[in-house]
Amino acid sequence: MKTINLTEQSVRDLNQALHDQAIECTEREWEVLEPKGQHNIACGLDQNISVDIKGPTGYYCAGMNKKAHVTIHGNAGQGVAENMMSGTVRVKGDASQAAGATAHGGLLVIEGNAAARCGISMKGVDIVVKGNVGHMSCFMGQAGALVVCGDAGDALGDSLYETHIYVKGEVKSLGADCIQKDMREEHIEELTELLNRAGVDEDPTAFKRYGSARQLYNFKVDNTSAY
Amino acid sequence: MCGIVGLYLKNKALESQLGALFEPMLIAMTDRGPDSAGFAIYGDEVADGSIKLTLRHADENYDWAALAEKAQSDLNVGVEWFKNSKVAVFKLQTSAAIAEAFIKETAPDVLILSAGQSIEILKEVGLPENIADTFNLKGMKGSHIIGHTRMATESAVTMEGSHPFSTGMDLCLVHNGSLSNHNRLREELKREGIVFETENDSEVAAGYLTWRLQQGDSLNEALTNSLKDLDGFFTFTIGTRDGFAVLRDPIACKPAVMAETDDYVAMASEYQALTTLPGIENARIWEPEPATIYVWERSSH
Repeated sequence: MKTINLTEQSVRDLNQALHDQAIECTEREWEVLEPKGQHNIACGLDQNISVDIKGPTGYYCAGMNKKAHVTIHGNAGQGVAENMMSGTVRVKGDASQAAGATAHGGLLVIEGNAAARCGISMKGVDIVVKGNVGHMSCFMGQAGALVVCGDAGDALGDSLYETHIYVKGEVKSLGADCIQKDMREEHIEELTELLNRAGVDEDPTAFKRYGSARQLYNFKVDNTSAY
Repeated sequence: MCGIVGLYLKNKALESQLGALFEPMLIAMTDRGPDSAGFAIYGDEVADGSIKLTLRHADENYDWAALAEKAQSDLNVGVEWFKNSKVAVFKLQTSAAIAEAFIKETAPDVLILSAGQSIEILKEVGLPENIADTFNLKGMKGSHIIGHTRMATESAVTMEGSHPFSTGMDLCLVHNGSLSNHNRLREELKREGIVFETENDSEVAAGYLTWRLQQGDSLNEALTNSLKDLDGFFTFTIGTRDGFAVLRDPIACKPAVMAETDDYVAMASEYQALTTLPGIENARIWEPEPATIYVWERSSH
């Protein structure tokens, strides 16, 4: 295992060493000490490596992740795992706003709470939050799934496309065009698999499903007279 | 973008270290605000019936001794004072109204940065590190302190436009964000008698709170009303004689993180500013909720 202490080396040094693994993988296990809330830690990885960050991180940690498995042993700042393509990002603490924003693939697990706009404009990532999510979560979510084991804040799933949303607790309010839908067998299966992958012990049948009413998808012909 | 930080001590034994604990917090926010910086420190209280003013003159060699002597003879009251860079702290055994009227009349080129029994405001243009040095922040004592590092968006980079803005007796405000209705609100508040020194949007927020408090609102009520009347993005930290308050707008785009231990409560725009606090590894750390008022106050008054 290779250990990098961020009080001794810069984030740029760390990221360069991790990026070099995409060309030739010499070390599968990495440990990052003393992150002290710095921004852009372990961004743009593109190799099947594991990175354990031992403490709280700043903005955009593990952004643009591909293949790698990044664990943050602490809280994460804004935009953790934003634009992730594949791999896994696990936050042991809370995540600030816009966790998993625009992410295309992979799995993001937040063991604490996620703040506002969790999964905003998500495009295929799966996100599992053990705690609560803040307002405007899944705004314009296009694909993938958001699982919330706690409560969801205001305007959940506003202007939603095809992201599947599962919430166990209370939803403060639903956003425009987001509605509650039936939990069919296929959804129980999907949720069971998501919870298993995330290593979260919850009863899938205790969740409710939310999705797009698909009323905002197309131009309404009734409005043609406006032109 | 701006950085805001606050530190409120629950453990009085730490009061002699307040400046030393706070200095790295302010400097850690340099990336968020390299234009100017400032802080409001609370402590070294004057007795009831006395008033403490933080005064500033552009000339570092301004004759504060002469001004103090004149205050003593004209007002016939006791005056204590000390100088810190371009700023002087005057303690006068009289009311705020009399003291402020005297300064405005006698020394119109002297700016009153704050008035109260506890507050002192120190701010300048420049890097936070240099400003902390200029005022010897690390040697300061007190019960609580709030600070700001500024990256200007709505008005010019000047000492007057830097934070904190004082909002009446012992009250001040630091702001990360930008208000969109500050021009109209400023005009409305001017009609209510609130005086503004700058075109700065954050000063309008400060003036708004002053006005609400004058109308009889409690701090909590004034902040609740501000959610209705202020349009724009904001994370505020508000200093009061007894503590501090934190408020984020309902959209909560501007960051904030809080930490609490048995010894202190701290707030910062980012966690980076909290890493040097003692016991931070085991502190309770959380992100304040949108449109929710957080207040810490000691009950000594």
